[in-house]
Amino acid sequence: MLLLVEQVLNGLQLGVMLFLMAAGLTLVFGIMRLINLAHGSMYMLGAFVAATVTAASGSFMLGLLAAVAAAALVGLLVELVVLRRLYPRDHLDQVLATFGLILFFNALVQIVWGRQPLFMDVPEALSGSVEMIPGVPYPAFRLAIIATGLTVAGLLYLLIGRTRLGMQIRAAASNRDMAEAVGIDTRMLYSLVFALGAGLAGLAGLMAAPILAVESGMGESILIETFVVIVIGGLGSIRGAFLAALLVGLVDTLGRAFLPTLLRLFLPAATADGAGASLASMGIYILMAAVLLWRPRGLFPAPA
Amino acid sequence: MKLSARKRLLWYVGGALLALLPPLAGLADEPFMVSLASRILIYAIAAVSLDLILGFGAMVSLGHAAFFGAGAYVVGILAFHAFEGVPLASGPIPVSGTNNALVSWPLAVIVSALLATVIGALSLRTSGIHFIMITLAFAQMLFYFFDSLEAYGGDDGLSLWSRNDLAGLDLGDDTTFYYVCLGSLAMFMLICQRLVNSRFGMVIRGCAQNERRMRALGFPTYRYKLLCFAIAGAGAGLAGALIANQTEYVSPGLLHWTRSGELLVMVILGGMGTLIGPVLGAAVLLLGEDLLAIFTEHWQLYLGPLLILVVLTTRRGVYGLLLGRGNDGG
Amino acid sequence: MMRRTKITTLLALLCVHGAVAAADVKIGMITTLSTKAGYLGEEIRDGFRLAMDREGGKLGGVTVELLVEDDGRKPERGKQISERYIKRENIKIITGIVFSNVAMAVVPKVVRSDVIYVSPNAGPSQLAGKGCHENYFNVAWQNDNLHEVTGKFVTDQGFANVYMLAPNYPAGKDSLAGFKRYYKGGISGEVYTKLGQSDYSAELAALRAAKPDAVFFFLPGGMGINFLKQYSQAGLSSEIPVFGPAFSFDERLLKAVGDAAVGVHNGSQWNRDLDNGANGEFVAAFHAAYGRYPTLYASQGYDAARLIGSAIAAVGGNISDTKGLRSALRAAKFDSVRGDFRFGPNQHPIQDLYVRKVVKSADGSFTNRTVKKVFTNHADAYAKDCKM
Repeated sequence: MLLLVEQVLNGLQLGVMLFLMAAGLTLVFGIMRLINLAHGSMYMLGAFVAATVTAASGSFMLGLLAAVAAAALVGLLVELVVLRRLYPRDHLDQVLATFGLILFFNALVQIVWGRQPLFMDVPEALSGSVEMIPGVPYPAFRLAIIATGLTVAGLLYLLIGRTRLGMQIRAAASNRDMAEAVGIDTRMLYSLVFALGAGLAGLAGLMAAPILAVESGMGESILIETFVVIVIGGLGSIRGAFLAALLVGLVDTLGRAFLPTLLRLFLPAATADGAGASLASMGIYILMAAVLLWRPRGLFPAPA
Repeated sequence: MKLSARKRLLWYVGGALLALLPPLAGLADEPFMVSLASRILIYAIAAVSLDLILGFGAMVSLGHAAFFGAGAYVVGILAFHAFEGVPLASGPIPVSGTNNALVSWPLAVIVSALLATVIGALSLRTSGIHFIMITLAFAQMLFYFFDSLEAYGGDDGLSLWSRNDLAGLDLGDDTTFYYVCLGSLAMFMLICQRLVNSRFGMVIRGCAQNERRMRALGFPTYRYKLLCFAIAGAGAGLAGALIANQTEYVSPGLLHWTRSGELLVMVILGGMGTLIGPVLGAAVLLLGEDLLAIFTEHWQLYLGPLLILVVLTTRRGVYGLLLGRGNDGG
Repeated sequence: MMRRTKITTLLALLCVHGAVAAADVKIGMITTLSTKAGYLGEEIRDGFRLAMDREGGKLGGVTVELLVEDDGRKPERGKQISERYIKRENIKIITGIVFSNVAMAVVPKVVRSDVIYVSPNAGPSQLAGKGCHENYFNVAWQNDNLHEVTGKFVTDQGFANVYMLAPNYPAGKDSLAGFKRYYKGGISGEVYTKLGQSDYSAELAALRAAKPDAVFFFLPGGMGINFLKQYSQAGLSSEIPVFGPAFSFDERLLKAVGDAAVGVHNGSQWNRDLDNGANGEFVAAFHAAYGRYPTLYASQGYDAARLIGSAIAAVGGNISDTKGLRSALRAAKFDSVRGDFRFGPNQHPIQDLYVRKVVKSADGSFTNRTVKKVFTNHADAYAKDCKM
């Protein structure tokens, strides 16, 4: 039972991480109709900058600021130089061009930082464990990730629902021409939204850096899971992305944790371990296929 | 030059070049070119098959490598059983492995087509981005399936002892194998051209433009699209059977989503919605990777921006570039 | 404009490439330089080059040109490169592959084309047993070796309830099989994870609940970094000791893991502090040339070059003499940086295996200290299946 609680926490933490990635991606899609494969590259940049700045300055906070700023700035630059020209284009052109960006950034990171992975430690204050529930010590840093993710979700909710900028975002998402007609500077708005999304990806990269290997190509593994999340949630929907991220996190974690044991009830141990592991790897894809067959436009489709 | 003349010229020059490539490579003392060219032809088949659903049917699949890999595994598994002398299935009707291309290649095509029918039947209930993602999901499931298939090497893959036997031809000889690949590509492109220009093709293209209208006209669009998807799967299966022979090796990497992505890139890069485009795309991408990799370790640093440039400066990919400005490909 | 610059650059590169002086012997290296695992190939290449540079661009007294190409960890690409090496460059000696799956795609065909392959890393069981070949030499280890030595050590230390983790792929299953070949105690869990997995929280929670007295894991590359960091963050490193093969504990990886790896025992065939003349020279020369200390992969690349050099010298540079080259390679007359070295009947190493411990040096960097020689003249378990 305690194990189940701990695994649920693990699932939440993974889900929150996915949400940080998914929020930016789904916003950019919902408003600019842009499929951005290079979103994972911003995550990677965030992690590399965070590791470098933290190591050089010794301050996690500086690392945090630098990572988010760097990802947002590079995102802005990419938007100005390349992506801006792609908004009116076919989705497929966007896929090809942003695929090119992935190749470029992966090679660039290898040239700038070398081929071996970088190191980043958990900040001193969060290095211990917290025993919230007796018998379940849980790493403080992972709790911090959960807290950060929930805070970001709340802030995004407020930003989009309660501010002037949010109103403009909603307007541009539902009808671009109309938004321009009422005097919204959509070019500016697009750049802003893109930088926001990239910054969130950078934040996710920073949160990941102390737990994961900081290496070239780290963006692609999370990118595909992020796409799974935003598709399950319904493209363009922040609320959908949030719920879907938690769902995906839980399915993935609980699948890995309990499927082999479950299968051992029916199968010989060796077969069960192998089959359980493969089924668990397929878990989120099975979930996505099932959701799409049930609701072809995701759980919370944004109005067309 | 008029567009149609230019197009015809491209067909003739391209066809002649491909037909004469082995003797030319021999003259230039570059026999290796033949095996590289075979690989390009094989990927061209897979890319053309993807273009059939992507360019003509506007069904963007990010799971096409699943059919490619499935075809390769059919050939690989049959050859493995033939070499080991272990029957594939025992029981009332024992099935043994085979190294005969006339058995295993058609079987690869059929298995891939069936697989495409099942996956297509489910996926076609969605459209747009959701279609991209659901095809990806099924392909990833198959990837993990083969990845944990221990009997056939799992992630390490399966090494074939030799190429298949094809009606007395020595496929181990690179020139012979090249012509087999070229013949397969020509045959497949011919079939596709017939298909695209037939009533069936019109309906498919009509669906791509406005599916609701086609439905209103009384066409069972779902069935048409599903058939198209299955034919594309069959083509990819043929390419898979050939790649298993070319590399004499199959592995789950053939089904990975990055491989599907590469096929997509080939089609878009070359010019989608045309039959020549994907062939050009396969050639440009594979040659580009290979040449850049010889000159620099960081070949991706150059290939990436190159792809972006192609997108930003051309409308119809490399094919559009060759045809010149002011045209809509087609 | 930009496009024109690109083309000019490419042409310039072409000219540079063509201008390389013709060498007496060409050696082809297929290795992994891109992707997450790119540094492994870099180490092997740098180790190999060092051996050449120390001889003034020669191996065995003959000028050598080393062609290096990145396989991107894709079996198919590796195969493609090997074909070009053999057919276009007329290369007779190939080396360099990092990963077993690439090796399985490339090696069988290469050795049947009368070309010698010297493996500086991957040693899949198929190529050591039934699929062995007279033209295939492995100068590093058979894949199971480093797991076997760890298994023996864990048993000797009196651990009786071990929890095991490996990725769900052949090398992962082989690793646990290799460990169990010499580990005699009980097993409290055997878990297979997704290849390339980054989050191990679910596995760690289950591990803690199983209450083992030791943990054995094989998670190469970034997976190992993730696991070790998360293991220590979960507060487990002070409770349950961890063991593993050397793959997760080379010095470049340790830099990324940090304190989380300190104190971990790991099995290896080589270490920086091994006290023999050849090793001392190698470590010093490597550090002088590249400004970092070598990893075991670099040591394997260096040994591969020196082994090939000894054979080239024996045939007097006439490498078309495949038969002579083979018997010279089999004799392995070179001073390996790991000490005693010879080939077994399947042309895989018979060598001593050690257990090392991760320590933090005075300057804050991380390294390994050799703790104990566990096996002397250890051969692999598959040699008996090899009929050459």
